[in-house]
Amino acid sequence: MMSNILLDIKNLKVSFFTPAGEVKAINDVSIQMEEGDVLGIVGESGSGKSVTSYSIMGLVPFPGRIIDGTIDFNGHRINDMTEAELRSIRGNEVSIIFQDPMTSLNPVYTIGNQIREAILLHTNLNKQQAYERSVELLKLVGINEPEKRLKQYPHELSGGMRQRVMIAIALACEPKLLIADEPTTALDVTIQAQIMELMTELKNKINMSIILITHDLGIVSSVCRKIMVMYAGKIVESGTIDDIFYNPKHEYTKGLLRSIPKLNTKEHEKLVPIEGTPVDMLNPPAGCPFAPRCEKCMKICLREMPEFTKISDIHYCACWLLQKEAFEASAGGNK
Amino acid sequence: MTQKIGDKMNPLSLHIDVSDFLPAEESEKQSMVVMRESVNFWKDGFRRLRKNKLAMISLTVIIVIMIFAFIVPVFYPYSYEQQIRGSENLNLMEYSKEELARKEEGEFVFPHILGTDSLGRDYAVRIMMGSRISLLVGIIASAIILLIGSIYGSISGYFGGKVDLIMMRIVDIIYTVPDILIIILLSVTLKYPLKDLAENVPGFGWINTVGVGLISIFIVFSLLYWVGMARIVRGQILTLKEQDFITAAKALGASNSRIIRKHLLTNCIGTLIVTTTLQIPSSIFTESFLSFLGLGVNAPMPSLGSLASQALGGIKSYPHRLLLPAITISLIILSFNLLGDGLRDAFDPKLKN
Repeated sequence: MMSNILLDIKNLKVSFFTPAGEVKAINDVSIQMEEGDVLGIVGESGSGKSVTSYSIMGLVPFPGRIIDGTIDFNGHRINDMTEAELRSIRGNEVSIIFQDPMTSLNPVYTIGNQIREAILLHTNLNKQQAYERSVELLKLVGINEPEKRLKQYPHELSGGMRQRVMIAIALACEPKLLIADEPTTALDVTIQAQIMELMTELKNKINMSIILITHDLGIVSSVCRKIMVMYAGKIVESGTIDDIFYNPKHEYTKGLLRSIPKLNTKEHEKLVPIEGTPVDMLNPPAGCPFAPRCEKCMKICLREMPEFTKISDIHYCACWLLQKEAFEASAGGNK
Repeated sequence: MTQKIGDKMNPLSLHIDVSDFLPAEESEKQSMVVMRESVNFWKDGFRRLRKNKLAMISLTVIIVIMIFAFIVPVFYPYSYEQQIRGSENLNLMEYSKEELARKEEGEFVFPHILGTDSLGRDYAVRIMMGSRISLLVGIIASAIILLIGSIYGSISGYFGGKVDLIMMRIVDIIYTVPDILIIILLSVTLKYPLKDLAENVPGFGWINTVGVGLISIFIVFSLLYWVGMARIVRGQILTLKEQDFITAAKALGASNSRIIRKHLLTNCIGTLIVTTTLQIPSSIFTESFLSFLGLGVNAPMPSLGSLASQALGGIKSYPHRLLLPAITISLIILSFNLLGDGLRDAFDPKLKN
């Protein structure tokens, strides 16, 4: 089955030019997505997940800049677009849902007003049609009595409801790509499940692609087909769910999986954290950024960044251990 | 059985009304699901304001003064520029000889409630007109300040970086300019060009009525006094623009001007209202002060400041001529200040409890 490439990011590098120096937030990231794909990006705080998604929309916040690489989205070269051209695709072809629904809605407008704004910005509908469309959208995201809700202010809704409104706004123009930037972090677990279910359902209904950014592996496993693990602005491992969960190759991925609480643990058994702290992005090391925290760190890890090792067609991992294994295999066990 | 179900014949009966336990109908249920009226920013604010007694009294005082300043002079039997021969320097409720003679004939003569001034002009209507000028100056000047200050401040705060740096240094420079000096210089230098404009260009005749001095006050306000407002708005915008809903609006494809107009300025509306209300008394004060120095309105037109200034000459014989405009100024300024405080309590979300 050949489907179209929707998003193609090649060797993206984004840096923040702070007074303290250049912070290399994203260092050589490549992502390819097909239409209808659901991609999960996981990693801990500060690993560059959000910046990656912002750069797809051309929204890298000041003082950040894309310094290298290309982003092709749906036939547009994002790097070369002017602000006005970017505005015409934002909210129209690519939408984003933010982490905190509490602050992502403007407190002084009714939600009806805010959904209508999204519709009126990109379509030629008149106000009446926009109203009907917003009622339809609220029904779509599972809010009952939409006509009444449209007249309410954000503070009158609960967190889950607000996130549903955010999704309704994001879906207003039926985007090709929906970026969900930790959409459930601020919500409790039952609401999380509902929101994720809703997103998968909607994805099938209107056939859009989703990039799901999160640090919660549990969420990713239920929704995504493909997962990328990011660490310190680099992709360290990528593959299908099965690859990542049952056959992790990178030490960081293994660490992440170990740190998830399990149902079958004995009482008072402690969780296994990944020791240490992430590297300082102001002075990224020459070698593998995970090396200082890695239990199996080798001398070469500190000097050079490993290349991607192809494990299967979609399972890639950047780790010297794999290179070592490959080397040993080719040497025929002759050490 | 005499008692019908659902209709108690005897109010003292202890029998349970059986009909209360029948299933309720759908229409009856609907009456319970009335959603509470959604309380918006304005309703909420005004509800708080209404509970603030001091602010409500101030508001009443302001409304009463406004009625006297804008409506009463229209119906008043005397006009502010009308000089009545023989009625000069009358005291409170005093009649001139001629008026007494007319009264003798049975004619109704409206009393000079607050007396007349040295040129025989009714003092009550002059104070009302003076209040009108003072209020107009206060409100128009504050509107100018609001307009310029909020636009300047929001642009500076929103774009940040170098734009902010340059725009705020301009504000700093304006802050250092001594305002009284500028007003005096401006009213001197603008006098002739403005007069020229009033006399030779049709449609500008009103400048003469209002007075060159007053126009130069407006120009000074629009040149100098907006800087405070600009700084306050900039400060607000700086915190607001980091909020997620601004990023969300950007991600929806909203343009910069739309974000400033729709999302940023509406969110500082509370601050804008309060600052403008507190700006009004300070504008009135400046106007009175300048009129007192003789830089305000043109001669027949009174302002509270110029009335006080003219009263200085006869302060021993006619102390009320100084006291009355002074009290009016104080009352207006005090009321606006108290109302401004009340509005701040009502509309500033940080003070909500």
